[in-house]
Amino acid sequence: MKIVNLLKQYGEKKVVDTVSFEFPKGKVTSMIGPNGAGKSTVLNIATRLIPRDGGQVLFEGKDIKDWKNKELSKKIAILTQSNNIQMKLTVRELVSFGRFPYSGNRLTKEDWEHVDSAIKYMELEEFENRFIDQLSGGQRQRAYIAMVIAQDTEYVFLDEPTNNLDIYHSSNMMQMARRLCDELGKTVVMVLHEINFASFYSDYICAFKDGKLHTFGTVEEVMNKKVLKELYNVDFEILNMNNKPLSVFY
Amino acid sequence: MTLISVISIIEKYKENNYQKELGTIKNTYSITIFMFLMLIVLSIQSIFIGVIDISVADIFAGNFHEINILLISRLPRLLAILCTGVGMSIAGLIMQQLCMNKFVSPTTGATISSAQLGVLVCMIIAPGAGILTKTSIAFVTSILGTWSFVFFAQKMKLKDAIMMPLIGIMFGNVIGGITTYFSYKYGLMQSLNATFVGDFSLIIRGRYEIVFLVVPLIIIAYIYANQFNIVGMGENFAKNLGINPNVVMFGGLSIVALITASIVVTVGTISYLGLIVPNLVALFRGDKIRGSMLDISIFGALFTLVCDILGRVLIAPYELPIDLIIGILGSVLFIGLMFKKLSPAKKIKVKQSKKIETINVMKSGEANA
Repeated sequence: MKIVNLLKQYGEKKVVDTVSFEFPKGKVTSMIGPNGAGKSTVLNIATRLIPRDGGQVLFEGKDIKDWKNKELSKKIAILTQSNNIQMKLTVRELVSFGRFPYSGNRLTKEDWEHVDSAIKYMELEEFENRFIDQLSGGQRQRAYIAMVIAQDTEYVFLDEPTNNLDIYHSSNMMQMARRLCDELGKTVVMVLHEINFASFYSDYICAFKDGKLHTFGTVEEVMNKKVLKELYNVDFEILNMNNKPLSVFY
Repeated sequence: MTLISVISIIEKYKENNYQKELGTIKNTYSITIFMFLMLIVLSIQSIFIGVIDISVADIFAGNFHEINILLISRLPRLLAILCTGVGMSIAGLIMQQLCMNKFVSPTTGATISSAQLGVLVCMIIAPGAGILTKTSIAFVTSILGTWSFVFFAQKMKLKDAIMMPLIGIMFGNVIGGITTYFSYKYGLMQSLNATFVGDFSLIIRGRYEIVFLVVPLIIIAYIYANQFNIVGMGENFAKNLGINPNVVMFGGLSIVALITASIVVTVGTISYLGLIVPNLVALFRGDKIRGSMLDISIFGALFTLVCDILGRVLIAPYELPIDLIIGILGSVLFIGLMFKKLSPAKKIKVKQSKKIETINVMKSGEANA
């Protein structure tokens, strides 16, 4: 997936200003940056959730505008935070919605196999008949990921997947993202606030500032004092841990 | 006897709710079958309730007079009751799903008051028009009313779940005010009041058949049930699965408006039904529409039938309008439901008092309507 000169403005303010880059296929890419840098906006435009004001989003060489919605939802999955969690759906029912782009209202035997294996993969078997409003935040997040797995897409986009999760569940979530890439061969793109998570669990980092792409590169290229200082206006110290850069700010 | 059975049904709900909270949902088809049998028994019973006694023996003996009463009044009444009960409950269910709000229903979402305005418009511009014209006009106004309400409510991006029904009630009262003004101006107050209070006693053959529109509409709703569910999960959730939420929203609300219009024109206003029935059934069946539609339909029909029989029996040979009975039973059930929903310690106390306030406002809103 390639983004070319993307533009989005609210009134006079350009929230995304001529951003161009390409998501590396089969890798985990994290998007970081201070609040209001435009990272979530880019993610939402790339996954057709919100319209853009200029530029292109090319997916398999074709603009996502020209893709049929249904076809695109077999290739791209996006998980945002704004889901209705009051709904009394069982985990299994929720996961089965992931097959909607394939079979619509009539799920085949094969669809149910996908659903079952997704539930198994996320270790949700014992909860599969529970209502999602009775689950803890971490379990619910796993149920949503199971749905995305059932959706069986090449690309998985996660908008702040560790939001509202404690340390244990956040790190579990990040390991999950890694497994989606390493075991299932998916391209994973995340918007993250914790830069050390981005450093430890992703292959590439995309740093945004003021609506512009600041730096795009491998973890080592982005995680250094100079780039982080420019991004956040805070002094950083970079340590090395398990051959990964660990940032400390103060 | 009927009241006892209603209570026993509620007890069963509770029981199942506890089982569900323990972990897994037990197979609850026994409740569905129980309610269905009750519905059949009470349906047969309701045919034989009325001023003129009808006996099974006479009908089989070919008593022309009694068969006539059966076909002209009793059977149409029963069918209208069943269609209304099912229709209003499903309309409420669809609306709650699409608006992502458990407190929205045709009553609290301006649909009913808009349909009433349509009936008035029809009385003014085409007095003596047939029931088809009346329904069409009521349909157009209720669709416009519902759409504009939902449009505004979404534009405002309400944070608190309680705000949406509150605004709906206000919106409905504004429309109700317009209706009252024009009916006063054209001297239609009395005939309008008579049409608006939900009442099955005026149902006779040839005047109610439009209510059968509910049947095909519910089949359509069943076909698109998953779409309603997915849109109910949120806009982004729907877009991710390749569904255009706006299209589903417009389609679903149109179904709601058409169901409501056909019922308001033939039977009158039945409030609360669309609010209570889906919420009660969701307690043990959950929100997956495909799984809960059957129970909601049966329970909605049963509830309406019980209320109608009560209205007929309590002060026989006179009748109480069903809207009154449903209003009383419904508000009690609704308050009970609110307490049940709020009782776990996870909710904060401030929220509780807020919601109780809303029930009061809802009640006064009902009284005004």
